[in-house]
Amino acid sequence: MYAFELERPGSVADAVAALGGEAQPLGGGQTLIPTLKARLAMPEKLVSLTGIAEMKGISSEGGGLRIGGATCHADVASGTLASYPALAGLAAQIGDPAVRNRGTIGGSVANNDPSACYPAAALASGATIITSTREVAADEFFRGMFDTALEDGEIITGVRFPVPQRASYQKFAQPASRFALVGVFVAQFAEGVRVAVTGASGDGVFRWAEAEAALSSNFAPEALDGVTADASGMISDLHGSAAYRAHLTAVLTRRAVSQAH
Amino acid sequence: MTTVTMTVNGKSVSREVESRTLLSAFLRDGLNLTGTHIGCDTSQCGACTVHVDGKAVKACTMFALEAEGAEVGTIEGQSSHGKLNTIQEAFKEHHGLQCGFCTPGMVMTTAALLKDNPTPSEAQIRAHLEGNICRCTGYHNIVKAIMAASGQDVSAIAAA
Ligand SMILES: Cc1cc2nc3c(=O)[nH]c(=O)nc-3n(C[C@H](O)[C@H](O)[C@H](O)COP(=O)(O)OP(=O)(O)OC[C@H]3O[C@@H](n4cnc5c(N)ncnc54)[C@H](O)[C@@H]3O)c2cc1C
Ligand code: FES
Ligand code: FES
Repeated sequence: MYAFELERPGSVADAVAALGGEAQPLGGGQTLIPTLKARLAMPEKLVSLTGIAEMKGISSEGGGLRIGGATCHADVASGTLASYPALAGLAAQIGDPAVRNRGTIGGSVANNDPSACYPAAALASGATIITSTREVAADEFFRGMFDTALEDGEIITGVRFPVPQRASYQKFAQPASRFALVGVFVAQFAEGVRVAVTGASGDGVFRWAEAEAALSSNFAPEALDGVTADASGMISDLHGSAAYRAHLTAVLTRRAVSQAH
Repeated sequence: MTTVTMTVNGKSVSREVESRTLLSAFLRDGLNLTGTHIGCDTSQCGACTVHVDGKAVKACTMFALEAEGAEVGTIEGQSSHGKLNTIQEAFKEHHGLQCGFCTPGMVMTTAALLKDNPTPSEAQIRAHLEGNICRCTGYHNIVKAIMAASGQDVSAIAAA
């Protein structure tokens, strides 16, 4: 690997100060370290966030949950089992146990991989992304494949999740990468239903408006009879065609509705 | 260069490392603990699995400096005075390895699993091995070994 500096600050303030110039935050490194090895990113300095205690852990806040940006997937899986089981289930299915012990929610949301799981949870829950400088609604945060509202040097310090009445995440895993070939998160709130789809679109995670409308008037799998996802703009690759992903989107949405709790 | 200090298999060690030194390189090249294998070097295969503060992690996807102050466990710490532990004995007894390349990672992943879940079901074992790839065994005998290591009946596991 090429040479760079690594800093391990103990507070968000010190991390922000260290992030000037050609520096990049390092979360759990499960995406960034392989990227550095391939020299697809070559920052001069990495600022590790995993030693910042104030960025770790789960607390209840205003009827919802606040998860620190440096909280690893395994801790989310065990720590939200009672408070938000659909989110716990999603975290427990990310990658494999060793990835879950290092990878963080902040890293996953910042990376916005088009096949990543957390963006679907954040968007379907109507979560708020809390950064070192501001708060951004998930609806404004995810801007397309690997693209977000984050500015250079801005750190995701936490994610605030409203907890729905019922929810479920259904993932059709791509067996080689363990990411979602398609994943659908359905969340039912008093105000209506939100459906977020990951893995399918070339623009990254998106809300499926037709399904939301149908499910908001009748939260049952039959409500989706005749509702089909549009295959245009969906990813077509050796793992599945756009039509296959569109089909999976509808199948997984039904499954999520029938398994929501 | 920065000095990093950690406990490896119960012994405190301090070495000068570069920022870019991976934990896997630190263990293998720095401490000569070559039981931690490098299969893919891209966090896919699990051959490099070690324990950091009791949690299984891929040593190829963590910097040595990030383990400052941590308790690190490697495959070399599983046996004591040349005597294999229960998991290792079970892998031997049930033919849970062929070439042995994946085995250190398999044993470390198993040790972490059994600490949290002393009697996992077959399905739980298979799910837990998601990140550990074996090119030889077809996994059945590894699952059998883990059932046996946790004191469970292995007769129901498919013969390899
Ligand atoms: C084998 C394998 C399987 C996987 N399977 C899945 C899966 O099924 N589903 C899934 O969703 N993901 C999966 N992942 C990805 C995993 O969840 C990563 O942990 C995650 O994408 C990145 O999180 P990280 O903490 O490791 O971030 P890093 O790799 O450290 O960083 C990723 C990016 O985010 C930036 N960053 C990190 N933290 C922050 C922060 N707090 N604020 C601002 N920017 C930040 C970094 O600068 C970098 O650009 C898998 C990874 C592997 C290796
Ligand atoms: S060598 Fe680390 S996961 Fe393969
Ligand atoms: S025994 Fe050869 S890779 Fe597993």
